[in-house]
Amino acid sequence: MLEFLHDDLAILSVKEGCGEGECGACTVMLDNKPVNSCLILAVEADGTSIRTVEGEVKDGKLSPLQESFKKNHATQCGFCTPGMIMSAQSLLERNPKPNEEEIKEAIEGNFCRCTGYRQIIDAIFEVTKNAK
Amino acid sequence: MSKEYKYIGKGVPRIDADLKVTGQATYVGDMSFPGMLHAKMLISPHAHAKIKKIDTSKAKALDGVAAALTGEDLDYQVGLYMVDKTILAREKVRYHGEPVAAVAAETLEIAEKAVKLIEVEYEELKPLLDVEEAFNEKANLIHPNLGSYSHVQTAFFPKPGTNICHHSKIRRGDIDKGFQEADVIVEREYNNPSVQHVPMETHGAIVQWGIGDRVTIWTSAQSPFTVRNLFCHTFKLSHHQVRVIVPYVGGGFGGKAGIHLEPLVGCLSRATGGRPVKLIATRKEEYNTLPCRCGLKYKIKTGLMKDGKIVAQKLTLLWSAGAYADYAVNVTRASGYSAGGPYFYPNISTDSYTVYTNMVFGTAYRGFGHVELFWGLERHMDYCARELGIDPYEFRMKNLLKPGDITPTGEKLKDDSGDIRKCLNAAAKEIGWDGVKSEQQRIKEMQSGKVRGKGFAVLHKAPAMPTNTSSSCVIKMNENGSVILNISATDYGNGTYTPMAQIIAEEMDIPLDKIHVAYETDTDRDPYDWQTVASRFAPMGGRAVINACNDLKRKMSEVAAKVFECSPDDFIFQDEKIIHKSDPQKFIYYDKLATGYVYPNGNAIGGPLIGVGVYMAEGLTHLDKETGQGLPAFNWTYGAHAIEVEVDVETGEFTILKIASALDVGKVLNYESLKGQVIGGIIQGLGTAICERYVYDNKGRLLNNSFTDNKIPTAKDIPLEIVPIFIETPHDEGAYGARGAAEHPMISVAPAIGNALRDALGIELTEMPIRAEDVWKALKEKELVFEPATV
Repeated sequence: MLEFLHDDLAILSVKEGCGEGECGACTVMLDNKPVNSCLILAVEADGTSIRTVEGEVKDGKLSPLQESFKKNHATQCGFCTPGMIMSAQSLLERNPKPNEEEIKEAIEGNFCRCTGYRQIIDAIFEVTKNAK
Repeated sequence: MSKEYKYIGKGVPRIDADLKVTGQATYVGDMSFPGMLHAKMLISPHAHAKIKKIDTSKAKALDGVAAALTGEDLDYQVGLYMVDKTILAREKVRYHGEPVAAVAAETLEIAEKAVKLIEVEYEELKPLLDVEEAFNEKANLIHPNLGSYSHVQTAFFPKPGTNICHHSKIRRGDIDKGFQEADVIVEREYNNPSVQHVPMETHGAIVQWGIGDRVTIWTSAQSPFTVRNLFCHTFKLSHHQVRVIVPYVGGGFGGKAGIHLEPLVGCLSRATGGRPVKLIATRKEEYNTLPCRCGLKYKIKTGLMKDGKIVAQKLTLLWSAGAYADYAVNVTRASGYSAGGPYFYPNISTDSYTVYTNMVFGTAYRGFGHVELFWGLERHMDYCARELGIDPYEFRMKNLLKPGDITPTGEKLKDDSGDIRKCLNAAAKEIGWDGVKSEQQRIKEMQSGKVRGKGFAVLHKAPAMPTNTSSSCVIKMNENGSVILNISATDYGNGTYTPMAQIIAEEMDIPLDKIHVAYETDTDRDPYDWQTVASRFAPMGGRAVINACNDLKRKMSEVAAKVFECSPDDFIFQDEKIIHKSDPQKFIYYDKLATGYVYPNGNAIGGPLIGVGVYMAEGLTHLDKETGQGLPAFNWTYGAHAIEVEVDVETGEFTILKIASALDVGKVLNYESLKGQVIGGIIQGLGTAICERYVYDNKGRLLNNSFTDNKIPTAKDIPLEIVPIFIETPHDEGAYGARGAAEHPMISVAPAIGNALRDALGIELTEMPIRAEDVWKALKEKELVFEPATV
């Protein structure tokens, strides 16, 4: 599915970091659950709803999570960022008030070599402050 | 009192954040062109072997294959400092993973199928996998032609007839006399394995070698001008024929500093008559074929006085370069001249060697040798302190450098050189250092199953760069008074473009949202910059940007002086206006000057506004071949990490409760961005310290070339508390007093952990990484030694 999304549909936010389900750079939401798109055959996803980070922008505005990533410097090289945001967004939709451990757990499968994760965790945590 | 700035120092968001959080930032892997072909490499299954026969005929016959090349087709030498490499292996392979052939085809699937059809007959040779064995003058030669390789002769000194491709020496004082005077001599050995950079984006390039040798290269690289320069050298092309474009880059950490896939992809394009060819490394190739960080084995011998003063220091460093020299020779040189660390030595002798081995070759890696070097050095300093019965904090304070001291290369430190003592003091204070743990206390804590320990380690590093290292930039003012900055250092995640925009905002008083730093660095469009490495861009590139602003302001002043019939020196620049100092009613908005000033009667003066800025480090010298004396360093950045750990004595597992990291950065340019660099560096340093390493079998085959077997830290591995501390001792040359701080947070994380574990358990670790099983084993060994005495 990674190749289908990236190469055939030109949904370029879906990145290949390893191609074997270890790094999370290709994470998308499949029926609102985060999955490594490199581990799924495109045909398996027939009839499901796929969300990528492109879809998080509404009316030209960043989502609250994207805004928070921007404000907290939670992106550096940016290669892991789309997958990271999808994992975090999925967490926040399942659990709007996660604690630090739950945040770490949710993004454990998304490698980031630049940030050291702290500002990413802070960015996710900041969004939860406004959650009901 | 430091000056109040409007933009400098503020943690404004990265200027590339919108594109990155929406997935719109484009990397090489996201690019495609009409008619583009896809390439695949065939890599060597052996660490050392003769290529007896290679047959590509079946691959070439496959439908959809446009070109298939082997080393026999490519009689070119490539190299950075030591021109020792071919584009594809010729005659023999020197490491497991070395490319031996490559195919360009209509699709990646066809290319993958085609390389499997290439038949290669090898004759295996004995691989050299141990650096000490390879160092031996009687060892088999990995590069029998070492004596004929061209190389940078002012800096590198190969020993033909051996595997030693460089030897750096430092000689200061009288080392023998120093050891004779010493009350105590401590000599120990340390060891670091190779590790991978692991940028999330692997290496990749698209090259189109067009008619008339017009070459365009799109590449995931840190240094576009270095790629262009080395590409031109290899193929004997003129620089104006080759254009290198660097789009967004998904991390580099030194691994993308030089030239890597570009020549191969270029040759494939040429072989297809000029179709663009794309090659993106797989993660396996990133580990196995692209370069890693060199391994290091080293001995440190220290002469000490009872009062804690160091009188002599002798270091012998054996760098395992792997199969090719690449940056390893310069890592050897740089770590050689800074091998003493930030300490004063009346007598010092350093021998730093680069040694070829049959392993994946090493290159630049964040810290440029210092992560490896400081592991042993700062473990060693703790050991020395304990041998003397002195608190390791006090021991360091007695010996750390201060203004007026002379470094091992003969540089006299000045007041603006930075303050290592402040760094150590701040970090140690943050973890509440109150002296070493007593054996009684340790035994007591052991009974609870969990033991805590505290430790620290200092660090320093200067950029390792040629004496004429320079940056340049162009600022173009647009019709509405907004500006575009063209600069060809790359922002591959490091975040330096944002402070560049902040500098323009500060100097010109233009709001940040009217400043664009052009991404997609392009050697045809942008002025020269040496390389984006060595933590040098903020201080040096920043100076070029300040100079360009001054150039722009001078040009604006000249026009305004004509308009108001006054001196060009009479103006200030505020709120996007050039304003007369003593008569504020006289002013012109920037946009009215941007493309030339027009008088009410229609006459026009001036013209489009372009500011040009260059900055070059001056006064640096080559180092003397025999003594290493000279001035290699633009600036030193000092720092210290302090760590508190908690160890489970049953399993050896440990948790880092807190890490405090103090760096003398000179001046913070963007607080949030710097914090990100520091935390990111600490965690990369943590990876090196606790889990990452290359594992080879006895035939030299890399066993862990995947994320499954060679992991990096995840969100769950980070310390519970991370405290970055910024000391600001301004550096005279750096932009606003700034020093580089991109590599430094990674240096000395490992020894700080090692020292904290020593404090907790009394164990002496000398090899990286430190895994739970290493702690457990060391603890068991210690018990075996001490138990009979205590029972």
